[in-house]
Amino acid sequence: MSTGNGSGRGAAGNGHGARLRLKLRIWRQAGPDEPGGFLDVDAHDIPEDCSFLEMLDIVNERLIDDDIEPITFAHDCREGICGTCGVMINGRPHGPESATATCQLHMRKFRDGDEIVIEPFRAASFPVVKDLMVDRRAFDRIIESGGYISAPTGTAPDANEIPVPKDVADFAMDAAACIGCGACVAACPNSAAQLFTAAKLGHLNVLPQGQPERWRRAEAMVETMESFFGSCTNHGECTEACPKEISLDFIAVLNRDYLKAKVKNRRLASQT
Amino acid sequence: MTVLDARVPEGPIADKWDNHKFSVKLVNPANKRRFKILVVGTGLAGASAAASLAELGYKVEAFTFHDSPRRAHSIAAQGGINAAKNYRNDGDSVYRLFYDTVKGGDYRSREANVYRLSQVSLNIIDQCAAQGVPFAREYGGLLANRSFGGAQVSRTFYARGQTGQQLLLGAYQAMASQIAAGGVTLHNRADVLDIVVKDGEAVGIVTRDLLTGEVRAHSGHAVVLATGGYGNVYYLSTNAMNCNVTAAWRAHRRGATFANPCYTQIHPTCIPASDEFQSKLTLMSESLRNDGRIWVPRNMDDARAAADIGDADRYYFLEEKYPAFGNLVPRDVASRNAKTVVDQGLGVGPLRNGVYLDFADVIARDGEQVVREKYGNLFDMYERITGENPYRSPMRIYPATHYTMGGLWVDYNLMTNVPGLYALGECNFSDHGANRLGASALMQGLADGYFVLPYTIGDYLAPKLAEAPVPTDDPAFAAAVAEVDDRTRGWLAKRGTRSVDHYHRELGKIVWEYCGMARNRTGLEKALSEIPALREEFRANVKVLGSADSTNQSLEQVNRVDDFMEMAELKVRDALHREESCGGHFREEHQTPEGEALRDDENFAYVAAWDWQGPDRPQELVKEPLTFENVKPTQRSYK
Ligand SMILES: Cc1cc2nc3c(=O)[nH]c(=O)nc-3n(C[C@H](O)[C@H](O)[C@H](O)COP(=O)(O)OP(=O)(O)OC[C@H]3O[C@@H](n4cnc5c(N)ncnc54)[C@H](O)[C@@H]3O)c2cc1C
Ligand code: SF4
Ligand code: FES
Repeated sequence: MSTGNGSGRGAAGNGHGARLRLKLRIWRQAGPDEPGGFLDVDAHDIPEDCSFLEMLDIVNERLIDDDIEPITFAHDCREGICGTCGVMINGRPHGPESATATCQLHMRKFRDGDEIVIEPFRAASFPVVKDLMVDRRAFDRIIESGGYISAPTGTAPDANEIPVPKDVADFAMDAAACIGCGACVAACPNSAAQLFTAAKLGHLNVLPQGQPERWRRAEAMVETMESFFGSCTNHGECTEACPKEISLDFIAVLNRDYLKAKVKNRRLASQT
Repeated sequence: MTVLDARVPEGPIADKWDNHKFSVKLVNPANKRRFKILVVGTGLAGASAAASLAELGYKVEAFTFHDSPRRAHSIAAQGGINAAKNYRNDGDSVYRLFYDTVKGGDYRSREANVYRLSQVSLNIIDQCAAQGVPFAREYGGLLANRSFGGAQVSRTFYARGQTGQQLLLGAYQAMASQIAAGGVTLHNRADVLDIVVKDGEAVGIVTRDLLTGEVRAHSGHAVVLATGGYGNVYYLSTNAMNCNVTAAWRAHRRGATFANPCYTQIHPTCIPASDEFQSKLTLMSESLRNDGRIWVPRNMDDARAAADIGDADRYYFLEEKYPAFGNLVPRDVASRNAKTVVDQGLGVGPLRNGVYLDFADVIARDGEQVVREKYGNLFDMYERITGENPYRSPMRIYPATHYTMGGLWVDYNLMTNVPGLYALGECNFSDHGANRLGASALMQGLADGYFVLPYTIGDYLAPKLAEAPVPTDDPAFAAAVAEVDDRTRGWLAKRGTRSVDHYHRELGKIVWEYCGMARNRTGLEKALSEIPALREEFRANVKVLGSADSTNQSLEQVNRVDDFMEMAELKVRDALHREESCGGHFREEHQTPEGEALRDDENFAYVAAWDWQGPDRPQELVKEPLTFENVKPTQRSYK
């Protein structure tokens, strides 16, 4: 299929308007401690121009018509930035398209007749809330433990008093692009949260503003992470699944800073 | 009858804020921990307020319906944040940003508030840079700027196309550090469904836990709402799906006047809707108008592909009508002109509901690589959504609801007319008049939260030092809790036939059709008969399945849609009463011979604040007159 359509006004275009019939297997689970199982849905007449979540909207409208409670799934911005959405689609977090969150995945990536298995992100630290929705609060705990630069309101010097080399700012921004969706954890055979944690550490620890708390931050965040999540054995599945393509390089930064931090913090502690 | 006192300080405009900061009452540092402040909403405005108040020593409880504060809708802002830093040496100043904002708002904002906003814009950038917000930088390491939304100076700071995300993460992290320090207690997945008012003062809120359904009262010395805008009254908008008016609307029903609900901003560059299933519209950053050219084929029946249509057959309607500003006219002007050509039958795309935004010229001039560096992520996003490659063929765009200038009325201290109840960020009406300039919402949210409320709230709290918060077993709380519980459970008993979304969509169609980009008396009156009818049907026939004691997204949504149903009616009435055109409010009856908005300063230079009179009587109009001592109102002209 050519993506350059230039199709002018008419509806003729490049296949806009095609409809799909899909065999859906959707995970249903009434609550955190309830047993779960699959619901089979024959989803006919699905417009290929709709997004994956709009496909679920359509399915839900039909379920409601049949007096069946609609499927619970998390979503909000529907433009790939809030990090609220995220399900396993045929075993892959956020589905088949790389660098794409579930809400940005469109049905034209599927074919008529496809079977699609839809499940919640699976990880011990992300308990299922209901159906496809999980609880990712453990991520917030990691941030609270040190994922910030202490700069109480009103204390800041003029913004241009702290120059930041452009490549450093760009590197920090590459890391800061993380949307906190949790796909990295869901993709990891060990349910490790290294990529998420490294993204925040990578962002803050390379900036000049982040230096005063650098070692304290590294130690606190890594240890909080380890208290919730599994350990990283360098599979690299996380970065494959990540909708923002956060690089494994940041995990290297995390490992380096953590090791150094252990030494430095011990030294500092022994001085006091 | 409610009387509104804006409490604008005396003195020359440039001294008002300093004078005011000196004259407001202070709470001594050791006493701050004796005050509990409830902050509802943890977007830019709420998170910055919660963090700053806790740093001062106040005890803060923060509430969000999201699972994490980082998900607030502020995260989606792309383009940037304004500040009068004048780092580019191009003639910017606090006064110029003030002037541009008052003019851009079409002379319907309060001068004193706008001036203060412009003053504190300087501190915001300092604050955010210190937090590590990765703003774009020049090679020398200093901050980069761009010109945004037609501004004549480069005063916009940005972090790639993710400025809102980075600013929100900065505020969220500041709040996270206060959570760790014990200054902020966070209640996530807590849906605020009522505001509790006792003896005329705000004393607390009622929440429903979105996981367990538990309805609970919370009390504090003051309540701060930072709950965002009401753009989703249109159903389709660029807002996140869960944005809603509920907290502000419930405050309105408890006595807070709601100001200028008819002012809505329609953003010109969004991806057009593609079908009934469409759940939201996606914004394509305004920065694209710096390089893209907007056109439609001159001939209604021209079925050729865009590239095959020669220049003579293209109608570059903005460039032709506004040679000086061209494609960079303000948002309202760009939007209205797109509507005009589409209404004339000149629209493009399968549903003929868009206009072209064409990059062929800039690609030819600068090369694809340069364009990719500037806009790569936006082009990718467009392709993901539409399946079309904008490097090869033009984007199709159409205006969509984006921002709401109206909101809860607040005085200079950001307090509503209900003592102890504050409103910050998009949910107040304060700074943008009838039209907001690009990159100014982020500025306002952070100004309110970091630099205004922390100073002004002491004025209300200081005299209350000896008072404990009203206990939650007070009858005022018990009644509010019971009301929320009954209302929520009531939906399950309806056993109607149509879904919540169905009614929301129907409401959106009416509001968009008659109270969208252009309004007229006939249409507005039609809406005023259709909305109550739809509301009645909705209340009798909506179908909500499941239980009230566990996660139930339809139940979350039904309360919100119910509030939109009431709010929509007020919005239309406000639009009907305002017999003039200004900014985002375009009444077809009031236009210049060239088709531009025609203000009526003699009769409408006021804030229209609506006062709740009970469920069975229409709100009463209370006016706050606007005076312009510094910026002389002129007819906006972009020719
Ligand atoms: C796509 C898009 C792009 C934009 N780009 C720009 C830009 O480039 N520059 C710019 O200046 N502006 C931009 N804006 C506007 C700007 O993003 C918003 O106006 C601003 O972020 C609003 O911030 P806020 O803190 O007021 O509200 P929000 O960020 O919407 O936060 C609202 C908070 O309130 C909570 N909440 C709401 N109701 C309840 C309730 N009942 N109970 C509990 N919690 C509740 C939510 O959970 C959330 O935490 C853009 C807007 C959109 C839609
Ligand atoms: S690192 Fe990627 S996958 Fe993990 S939370 Fe961040 S954005 Fe999601
Ligand atoms: S819904 Fe926000 S990232 Fe998908």
